[in-house]
This record gives sequence, C-alpha cells and structure tokens, in this order.
Amino acid sequence: MSAQSPASSKNLLVRFLTMNTSGQSSGRDLPLWRQILIQALCLFILFSVMFPIMYIVTLSLSPKTQRPSALELFPKEISFIAYKQVFDHPTGNPVSFSELLRNSVGLSVSVGLVALLVAVTAAYAFSRFNFKMREVLMVLVFIPLLMPGVGLVTPLYLLLNQFKIVDCGQGVTALMPLFACDGGERGRLIFNLRDSLLGVGIAMSAGALPFAIWNLKGYLDTIPKELEEAAAIDGADTNQTFWKIILPLAAPQLAVTFFIGFIGNWQEFVTSWLFLTQPKDYTLAMTLYNMTGQYASSIPWNRFAAMAVIVAMPVAVVYIALQKQIVGGLTTGGVKG
Amino acid sequence: MALANKKDKNLRVKRNLLPYYYLLPAFLIMGVITFYPLIYQVIISFTNFETQHLLLGLRSPELRFVGLKNYIDIFTGALPVENFNFFRVLEFNFWWAFSNVMLHVPAGVLIAVLLNTEGIWFKKLYRALYILPIVVPPIVVATVWRNIFDEQYGAMNQLLTTVTALFGHLDPVRLRWLTEYTPPIPGFLPGAPLTLAYYAMMIANFWLGWPLMSVIATGALQSIPRDLYEAASIDGATGSQQFWNITVPLLRPAMVPAAVYGFTITFNLFGLVFFMTGGGPARSTEILVTFAYNLVRNLRWFGVAAAFAVIIFGVALIVLLITNRITRATQSYSEA
Repeated sequence: MSAQSPASSKNLLVRFLTMNTSGQSSGRDLPLWRQILIQALCLFILFSVMFPIMYIVTLSLSPKTQRPSALELFPKEISFIAYKQVFDHPTGNPVSFSELLRNSVGLSVSVGLVALLVAVTAAYAFSRFNFKMREVLMVLVFIPLLMPGVGLVTPLYLLLNQFKIVDCGQGVTALMPLFACDGGERGRLIFNLRDSLLGVGIAMSAGALPFAIWNLKGYLDTIPKELEEAAAIDGADTNQTFWKIILPLAAPQLAVTFFIGFIGNWQEFVTSWLFLTQPKDYTLAMTLYNMTGQYASSIPWNRFAAMAVIVAMPVAVVYIALQKQIVGGLTTGGVKG
Repeated sequence: MALANKKDKNLRVKRNLLPYYYLLPAFLIMGVITFYPLIYQVIISFTNFETQHLLLGLRSPELRFVGLKNYIDIFTGALPVENFNFFRVLEFNFWWAFSNVMLHVPAGVLIAVLLNTEGIWFKKLYRALYILPIVVPPIVVATVWRNIFDEQYGAMNQLLTTVTALFGHLDPVRLRWLTEYTPPIPGFLPGAPLTLAYYAMMIANFWLGWPLMSVIATGALQSIPRDLYEAASIDGATGSQQFWNITVPLLRPAMVPAAVYGFTITFNLFGLVFFMTGGGPARSTEILVTFAYNLVRNLRWFGVAAAFAVIIFGVALIVLLITNRITRATQSYSEA
C-alpha cells in the first residue's frame, strides 16, 4: 500500500511504471489520474507502432501516382488502382504478377517441405539415440547455423555455376561438367543451374535444413520417453515407434517448423538476388527491392506501397494464426541451444 | 543356443547401426550442399578467383594460389575499395548490435510491465496491436522505412514538418537521413562515425525489435507469483523497490537468452541495412554481412569474398562463445 507513498521522488514515468507492478498485489481499482496517464502513454506507443503501417496502407490505397507531398495517415478516398496495376504489370520487366507469385510460393513451399522431410529423421536420431560420434555429428549439423546466409553463397554460386546444359551446335548437347563441347568450343547456353529457381532452392536448403533439424530436435526432446517405453513393452520396434508414435505426436510441430521456414524463405533475398538474372525467375521480395528508393525513380509510390502490403500479407496471416507456437518454439529452442 | 546367440548379435549390430540410418539422408544432402561448399570456400579463399575463372573453376590455368594475401588485404585495408577499413566495420557492427539490444530489452520490459497493470482499459487491444511489428516481414519493414526516411518525399520529414509547425517553425524539414555524412553527435564512438543513417536505422530497428522482447517479458511476468509482491508490500517495500528486487531478478532468466538472441540476429541483420542504406553513406553503416555481399555480388571478387566469409565465421564463433558464457552465467544465477 506504500506503493503510493509520496516519498518516492523518482520522475513520474519511472514511478508509475514501477508502482504498477505492485498493483498486482491488490485487486483494487486504479486511481483515475493514473489510468489516464497510462492510457496516454499506451496511445503514444500505439501511434508509433501504427505510424508506418497506416502510412503504407494509406499510400497503397491512394490513386495518386506522384510521390506524397504531405503526410497522410488516413486514406481520404479508397482506390484499389495501385493494387490493380501491380497485379497487371508489377515492374518494368517482362514478368507477370502470377509468375512472381508462383516463383515465391514455389521456392518457399518446396524448400520448406524438403528441409522438413530430411530433417525429421535426423532430429529423431539426435533426440532419442545414444551413439558413437553423437556430439561430433551434432556440432557438424549446427555449424552452418552459425553462419549468416551471406557466408555460404560464394561457394554455392561457384559450384552450382558449373552445372550447365550447353548446345554445341549440330544437334549435340553437352551436360557440363560431365561432358563439354568438343575442342573447348563454347556453345550456346541452354540452362545454368545457378541461374535457375532449382539452383536457388538447393542453395536455400543448405540453410533451411540445419534450422529444421535444430527446431524439431528441441521439440522431440520434450516428448516424454515413457510413451516409447510403453510401446516397446507392447512389442513395437524402433521404426514402428517412430512412425506410429513420434510422428503423429510431432505433427503440430512439423507444421510450425514448416511455417517458420516458410516465413524465412518467403523473404529470402540474398541468394536469389545474387543467383538469378532473368526477370522471369524473380521473386516477390526481389521485385519489392527493385521498387524501393533510388532504384525506382519511375515507380509511383502507391504501387510500391501496394506491393509492400501484398508481400507482407502471407507472412502476417501465418504469424497471426500461429503466433503462440512460433514465439514459443523459437524461445524454447533458443534457451536449450 | 549358438544360433540364438548369433541372431542376438545380428540384432544388436542392426540396432547399433539404426541411428546412422536415420541420420543418413540429412548427412548425404548436407555433405553435398553444406560441408563440401564450406571446404571449397576455404580453398578458394587462398586464390585470386575472379569472374574470368568462372567457367573452369579450380581447373583454370590462370588461377593462382596467393596464400594469405586475401586475408592480409582485408585486415590491412589494402583492398582497392573506397572507405573500407575492416576494424572500423567490425567496431561499428558490434556497436550496432549492442546499442540496439540495449534499447530493445529495457523498452520491451517496461512496456510489458506497463501493460501488466491490473485494471487498465483496452489491455487486450493494446497487446494485440503492439505485436504488429513482429508480424510484418523485416524486408517489407526495411523497404517501407527506406521510403519513410526519403529526404524529399519521406514521411519522417513530413511528420517533423508538422510537429515543428506547431512550434511556429514553418519551413519544411529536409533532413538528409540516409545520405548526410557529417555525424550529428561527433566523436560519439571513437574511430567510427555514427551518421544520421545510423540513427535512422536505429529508429526502424527499434520499431521492429522491442515488441518481441515485450512478448517474452509478458510471458515471464505472468509466471512471477503474486505472493512475492504481497509479502513485499506487507514488509513495506515501495513500488520501485519491488520492481528492482522482485521483477527485475525474476525476469532475468527469461530476458538474458532473449537479449542474446536479439544480439545475434541484429549482428547479422542483412536486410535492414542493405535495404535502407546499402551500407552508406561512405560505408559508415556497413556491417560485415553487407560488405561480404558487396564483395561477391557487385565486385565479383570471389576469392576475397570467400576469405571474408571465413573471417565472418570466425567472428560468429567468438560471438557464440561470449554469449554462451553469458547465458550459462545467468543460468547458474537463476538456479542459485
């Protein structure tokens, strides 16, 4: 009750921030003046949180193609013309919105699925078995997690760049690096693995896989061993336990791991921006970068804003739907290391 | 009897091999797309690999092994790149991550405490809306803030114009947020100028960073038993005494790993830096990962880029060892 003691001479902000933790001790109502102060502070924070969001949404709903001359945080009129333009003709490049969408979705989903499929058995082995070299192998798997995405792109670029299909002329096709055209003659390049979505997908899996193993292992560790022991008593062997007990129990976490991967892959920029040169392969994230700031002197800001909202939407939806699991998954994994 | 023994042994060998079968797919794939490239990276970091060697790779006749030249060039600043000094970038990189976390964690905790007050109106609404920055993908955040800080059409200058107009200052504000080189507070960080672009990035990253800290702190706050506060107030502890002696120590086990996580993420925060400033002006906001990307994407010096990636790996390892120590130290604190 001394929480309100006037003796405390701290500044106002610190005082009511600190007092209010002790407000837990009793269920009595807040004095009105303090309620108003807290509301004012909360509204200020709310304004700062909403400011960029309102700004970009308002901009995206504006029909004006010139750059904004004054600040607008509420749309005066609502027009979807910018969205329509983005859908019809996203950039100056000859690429349609549906192609961009297909590239982004295709990459995110396939990398996520491949990583998950390969990771789940490895995570199970690390979580449940005790075998020689376990520690060493675990360190090996988690080393790439240390490396930021930029750290592995150079060798992947060089290695994937070796795989090419070349038309040597006279109906001969060479599959490099296994076969090259005769006489060292350079033929016409048909396909370069580095400059393709497949190559980007392979490179992205290099980062996605260790994360998936780490995340799934953290979860499998929390499944009680008693279940497996009970299954063993009933005569199930290890494989049966894995397929019939562990996998069904881990299904929700498999979905969460997939979606965390999806969120990351959806925004992947480093690899795709380095590898891909043909506009037909571009992803939504690359297009958004192309529409920003100095690179986009000809692109109206309402179209940029519409694109930003479109790119943000799938991630926002996934995040809101799975908020608890994602934050929980990341923090429990992080604490365990 | 002998037969049974043999069968038994077979079974045991099979069971001993089982974990390796489970690991096989992951290791086969990682061997090809992770471990081999990592080794390849170390090899080419000792060569002068450039664009003309792309076709033949290590078999190129002109490819030369240059020993430690790439590493020495990076450390001594002998690379023919303007305004590059490795140790300045390193110092800025650490300061960037440290200063961000030092703001995000206290802000996250204070706002969580504020919203934990009993009986405030619209608590649920605030909590729901405050997590919006977590929900927006960082690359979108970075591009949006890039345009907000535009010197001619950006929302930040427009907002400041509106605010200064209230105080009778009618000229439009034209701060060159992302291009001004003269630091607003000179000599703040010795050796590395903190330009206006740094503060712009801090603002954007603050917006992005505190809500997650707040979510984590809220979770931890709600697990603190109320009896502690009741007992403390019976003993006559003031609100601030309760905050410093109950809330802070009991939040620490949750907040230290969160801070470590935040530090690691911010240390390598490629998207925000690359999209907002590209490392400019004059490389004053360059961090290690953006410079590495510049080396491979724009300059195409693959050998140097590989050496730089190896150095980044070393730095990441050192950061991990330090943060691990911090986390472990606080763990024993919470158990004590």
